[in-house]
Amino acid sequence: MAGILADKDRIFLNLYGQRDWGLEGAKARGAWNGTKDIVAQTPEWICDQIKASGLRGRGGAGFATGLKWTFMPKQESERPHYLLVNADESEPGACKDRDILRNDPHLLIEGCLIACKAMRSHQAYIYIRGEYVHERERLTAAIKQAYEAKLIGKGNIHGWDCDVGIQHGGGAYICGDETALMESFEGKKGQPRLKPPFPAGAGIYGCPTTVNNVETISVVGTILRRGGDWFAQFGTEKSTGTKLFAGSGHLNTPCVVEDAVGISVKQLIEDHFGGVRGGWGNLKAVIPGGISVRMIPAEEAEVAVMTYEDLQARGSGLGTGTMIVFDKDADLVKAIARASYFYKHESCGQCTPCREGTGWMWRVMERMVTGEAEMSEIDMLLDVASQVEGHTICGLGDAAAWPIQGLFRHFRHEVEDRITQYRARKGSYAGASIAAE
Amino acid sequence: MSVRRLSPNQPASFTFSPETLKAAQGWMANFPAGKQQSAVVPTLWLVQKQEGWISEPAIRAVADLLGMPAIRVLEVATFYTMFMLEPVGTHALVQVCGTTPCQTRGSEGLMAVCKRKIGAQNHLSADGKFYWQEVECMGACANAPMAAINDYYYEDLTPESFEALLDDFAAGKKPKPGSAIGRQGSAPEGGPTSLTDEKLFDGSLGKKIKIPNLPTKASA
Repeated sequence: MAGILADKDRIFLNLYGQRDWGLEGAKARGAWNGTKDIVAQTPEWICDQIKASGLRGRGGAGFATGLKWTFMPKQESERPHYLLVNADESEPGACKDRDILRNDPHLLIEGCLIACKAMRSHQAYIYIRGEYVHERERLTAAIKQAYEAKLIGKGNIHGWDCDVGIQHGGGAYICGDETALMESFEGKKGQPRLKPPFPAGAGIYGCPTTVNNVETISVVGTILRRGGDWFAQFGTEKSTGTKLFAGSGHLNTPCVVEDAVGISVKQLIEDHFGGVRGGWGNLKAVIPGGISVRMIPAEEAEVAVMTYEDLQARGSGLGTGTMIVFDKDADLVKAIARASYFYKHESCGQCTPCREGTGWMWRVMERMVTGEAEMSEIDMLLDVASQVEGHTICGLGDAAAWPIQGLFRHFRHEVEDRITQYRARKGSYAGASIAAE
Repeated sequence: MSVRRLSPNQPASFTFSPETLKAAQGWMANFPAGKQQSAVVPTLWLVQKQEGWISEPAIRAVADLLGMPAIRVLEVATFYTMFMLEPVGTHALVQVCGTTPCQTRGSEGLMAVCKRKIGAQNHLSADGKFYWQEVECMGACANAPMAAINDYYYEDLTPESFEALLDDFAAGKKPKPGSAIGRQGSAPEGGPTSLTDEKLFDGSLGKKIKIPNLPTKASA
């Protein structure tokens, strides 16, 4: 068996799209099975079961899902409750929700119904990124099937009226932030809102809203079918369950795969991703949770496990569970400079530290790539990064700072060597020619 | 942030095609009464499908349709990078992902092909058939490097297979999207390492089950 999870304990049985994505195929794989019995329970029972499963948000932040649902008002009022599913998957490295949307859409739709019951909502919207055209077509078709079979909608066979709609975006990474997602949903620029008010109090159209990741919602049906204790048996006390992992970068066979949380980084790479290009000894660094977390060097990757607490203790994070792997031939400085360009490009421009800082950090990083920088600029860069971090409305400022901090924490000597070499080549070097703009 | 401006060359007018209008009205009905502004991004996308790009008259027409100020539509059209603000190629809009995961697997080689065959990015090719740009993460990292051509994803590319793909588009063909090396979705090359147990797929999971931990059972 590859990995540490047996096939019988997997949730996403059509991950690669080898089988029928439609309603009949999904039902044969267990979707929509017993849903009526689940939806007949009280919201409190559903939330308690999800709490017992230990499920944490799969979009990166890892907030306890059952707890999040209890933040919604306990009474329905004239202000409708909304479930907003975040399918704006744009984190570099992350490509897991895409496979749910195109190959197992019924698990997501079923999860929407159950989650809506848990938060006394009658309307779910799935906000899918604009570039996922194929995935949107697939999801639209699956929702149509579910309506025709009266699984969702008004007067459905499950006894809880629930409409599921789609909204799509226009290709902005920032809309993955929950408040930016809500702004974008309402047809505005995707600029994050200040909190409070929190979405559970005032979200889309000023109504109570809960935003959840696609994977989080999609696993709910299977968790309740098999019991919260079944899900909680995998992983560790604080990081439970099964999860989709993805590998990209210098791997022999990059892929998306479901395994138990708590699998070691090494086993995940060796068993599922075909090993590092050139063998394990050729590994240089791993970014374990999407590009927004700090990288860990090979020595730590040797012993690290894919849990929230282990990776956090290493100064990194589980994030979306989608790793980027670099071998010894990789130019890490260039890779992180490219990541800095990504943040510069995707900053919404609302907060000054991020709008100005991401561009500044990218320009300095580009000079670090060639070595055309002052030694003192390394500390200046880290100082600026720490001033962007934590001083913005949303997490994009933090996310822009962390990859740079991770690089210098473990590979500062590489940048210093580069600056030294550049100066050795240019005998009369008198300072950086490109001033920080 | 990206600085994005409307094209200096604008058409005199814009008219919704009947199909675009019908689809836009479908989006408007998707949202609660009075919240039609929510349909602005999908409607602009439909306009882009119709015209290839977003012009100023189109922005005004969308504003009229949705009953919102034109400046708000302009804000949205210039904020979201998926909207093209000048005419694009008649045969293919090529968007090569250049972010780190694709970069580590050779997206720079793909962009070199684009430069050679099409020219500078963000410009129409000399024959007017192509327009290419480097874009940020498209969310298909396990199948890197990749390019989105006219909405659909072409994955696991090499400079050679990518060049052949562009030739097909130039010849007016519509190549099949997906992996260029025959991978099944995001499964590992050579076949999956999981989901091989046939018992999962014999229909037994669809048989009637009893939900565990139900309250009556717990109190008994």
